[in-house]
This record gives sequence, structure tokens and C-alpha cells, in this order.
Amino acid sequence: MNQPIDPLKLAGAKPKGKRPFFLQNQDTEKVLAVTMAVAQELAVMRERLDTVERLLEAKGVTQDDIENFTPTKAQAEQRGAWTQEYLARILRIYQQEIEGLEKPNEPSSEEIGHELAKDE
Amino acid sequence: MSIKNYDGPPDYRNVGIHGMSPATTHDEKARFNFLAHMNRHLASNILPGVKTAYETRVEPKNPKPNHRNQVRKALLEDPLFQHWSALRRNTMELRQQAGRWVTLRQAEDLNTKAEEMTKDDPRLILDSDLELPKYLSSIDHHCMPGSYHDELVPGDVTGAANYDVGIFVTTGGGLGRFSDGGGEAVVAWMKENRPDFAPKRILDIGGGLGQNVLPIAKAYPDAEVVCVDTGAPVLRYGLARAKSMGVENVTFLQANAEDLSMYPDGHFDWVQSTMFLHETSVKSMPRIMKESHRLLSPGGLVMHVEQPQYAPDMPLYEQAIRDWDAFYNNEPFWTKLHELDLDQWMIDAGFTRDELVHGGVAAVVDASLFPEHANDEVEDYGRKAAWHIIGGQKAA
Repeated sequence: MNQPIDPLKLAGAKPKGKRPFFLQNQDTEKVLAVTMAVAQELAVMRERLDTVERLLEAKGVTQDDIENFTPTKAQAEQRGAWTQEYLARILRIYQQEIEGLEKPNEPSSEEIGHELAKDE
Repeated sequence: MSIKNYDGPPDYRNVGIHGMSPATTHDEKARFNFLAHMNRHLASNILPGVKTAYETRVEPKNPKPNHRNQVRKALLEDPLFQHWSALRRNTMELRQQAGRWVTLRQAEDLNTKAEEMTKDDPRLILDSDLELPKYLSSIDHHCMPGSYHDELVPGDVTGAANYDVGIFVTTGGGLGRFSDGGGEAVVAWMKENRPDFAPKRILDIGGGLGQNVLPIAKAYPDAEVVCVDTGAPVLRYGLARAKSMGVENVTFLQANAEDLSMYPDGHFDWVQSTMFLHETSVKSMPRIMKESHRLLSPGGLVMHVEQPQYAPDMPLYEQAIRDWDAFYNNEPFWTKLHELDLDQWMIDAGFTRDELVHGGVAAVVDASLFPEHANDEVEDYGRKAAWHIIGGQKAA
């Protein structure tokens, strides 16, 4: 029996090949990576909200309906699962750094390029 | 209110759906939209600034470089190049994560569907003993975890599905609804330049999931077409995808393009590779080219489609930017390939100089929905959907 595929663990997997960093300070680049993932998710939310607003407008849903909404237990669990996925997505950079710790001497694309360019 | 002169990527919902397409939710589509916009933004708004930074503060301190690597190393010290690079790398990683999320969460469905659609089909020929070439085993190309070959479970196709579902992002739709703009371009070139060519057997090497060979198979419906790749997941997914699109004349064969000894000399009238050679190596490429020449019938054509070579008249800055994917997006052979004298390599593989064929093609897409890169002024070096052909036609 195979282990079930866990997208939470595997979607953000590190590709083979040491990751290059570009900024003066690696910590800054990690923050940038988190920030851009959040920016992505904000755009996703903005697109969804735009869809919802346009649909609701036609159906007469009011602001009060939205303010007073309370999720059921099942709905709250669905929201919780969404948040788990969300965090795994935006914190990908740390997952990959941790996965990379297992291969401290992994060659880079540049190094492999030299190897692959050799005749013998 | 409509937006005048909109020049951004089309909505992801325009991407073509076939029988193996992973389902995507509203958020997943929105994520691909954002990432396509990010790539477009980096190419059209940030990269021109990198050029300005090079001209105004990098080149003056590093005058008269004589090689693209000097330019690249000088650029690595520049803050704007650093940030453009950091963002470009990060966008590719986000794209892989987004596509993997889509496909892994429905892995069982995708794998079952592929199994059902390809079971006992003689057009899927796998070889579980095939050894992966080093150029594939040593790195995951374009930061795609598991590359074309890893299987998370037996019969896995999620890697192939990830490649398919997210390729839209990298070119902002420049490859067309079914990511086949390269194949369509090759067909258009052939119909224009060899209108009477009637190949009976066509071989596509390094064809992956076959997205670029399907237009060829459709354009020559009486031809027997073989798509060769070393990765079982892409071949499995590719056959199921082709069948669901009504293309029935393609066989998907797991083999190394360096050794196709299961076919006799002169077996194919057309040997095609589309954006494949840059993922090989100096050791393997001459073997691939010799094997392609051996397999070609008299009068037959070999066509390799790649990004342009680093000709002497290409500015070193452009060469350095084109090299970015080699060093920072896990395309390690890219830099070496683009400096080689490919004409000489084709001659060494068996062609005479008179038999060589050259051309240029740009992705052919549904222009009502997708950007036409032939007329696009935004240059995302190395990723623009416009290519060169280096080929050879054996004397009849």
C-alpha cells in the first residue's frame, strides 16, 4: 500500500539543484519571498471578492447578511483547512531551506553546467 | 467599463481543457493569473530598468567586457539585478508550488484516469529499466520538483499534469490555449517552405507530454508519429491527453534519444525536437544528432527548434540576460548550447553543409485570446515564444 500523497507537504517541495540567492542579505530575500507569496494570495482574494460582489449585487444580498454570518462547525473546519494550506504556501521558502539542509554539498546549475559541457 | 489597449496576459480561464486537464478552483485559476502577471510585470517593467542600471552604473565600472560571464558577474553586484533575479526565481517557485498543489490534491483521480485511458493501449511503450541520462538525473529542470520522471506512486502522472496546467504562467499565454504554439509554428513553417512534404513516419525526440507534436500529428493525419521521452509520467499523461483531444496517430515511447536502435536506418521522414536540446549535454547531443541522422530517410528532414544562438553580433548584455535561466532556473546546459556552432555539429552528425536548413518561427496562437509574440515588443529574454530552426534535409 502506498503512502497517500500529501499536497501540503509536497506542493512546495524543493527542486533538485542548490538555490541561488541574489540580495546582499539572504534574510531579506526570504522576507521578500514571503511577501510576494502574500501578494499573490491577496490578488487571488481580490479576484474572488470581485466575483462574489458582482454575483451578490444581482441577488440582493445585504451588508447586514454578511456582518452577521456565523459559520457552522463544518464550515469552520473548512476555513481552518484553508488556513493550513495558506500557511504552507506562503512559508514555502523555509520548507525548501530545511529540505536543502539534507544536501549541504549539492551542486548548482552552474557547476552541473560545467560538468555537462565536458567532453570526457 | 472596458479597459482600452489592455496588453496584459489573458485570463487563465481561456486555457484549453482536455480530458486529462486537472480541475482548478476559482482560487487556483486566480493564482495562475497573478503569476502570469508577475512574469509579465518583471519582463515589461523591471527588466528594462535592469538594462538601464547596466548601462549607467555597471558597465562604467566594468568597461569592455569580453564575455557574457563577466557581464553576468558584474550584474550580480547590482541591487536592481539582484531584486529582479530574486523575484524571477521566486515567481518560478510559486508557479511550481501552485501547479503541484492543483495536481497533488487530485492525484488519485488523475492517476486513475490516466490508467483507464492508456491501459492495454499499444501506443504506450514503457521501459522501466531505462537508465536516466545524467543531464536529467542531476537537476530538476526549471525548478520543477521531480522533473519529468519521478513518480510519487506507481502510475503517477502528477508531475506531467503540473507541467501542463501551469506552463501558461511562464509566457503569459504566449504558447496558446494548449501550450502548442511551438508545434503549430513548426507546422506553419513546413506548410510554407515544404508544401509537398508528405512524411509517412515522424519522430519527436524529447517530446515530453507531446504538446508540440500533436499539431504535427493533426497536420499529417496519415503519418505514424512517435513521441520519445525518458520520463514515464509525461508519456502516460501524454497519450491520455492526445486521445482525449482526438489525436490517435501518436505512439508514446520511453527511450533515450541517443539510442533508438529498435528502429532501422532511414525509418523516419521527419525527426523533430522542440526546445529539447538545451536540456541535454555536450556528451549526449552528438549521439542524439547522429542517431537522428541515422534514422532519417533519404529526402527526410531533421528540425531542432531552440532559442537563438549567441551569435557574435548579439550584445554581451543580452547574452548574459538570456543565460539567466541556465544559472538560476536550473537549465544548466542552456549557456553552453547557445554558444556552440550547431551547423558544425549537424555536419559532424552526418549532414553536408548544403543539406542544412535554417529558419525562424514564432508561436502560432489564437490571436483573439492570446498574445502574439511575433508582434510583441516586450522581450523576456530566453522565454519569448519565438525561436530559431536548425535543421538538415538528407539528399533524396
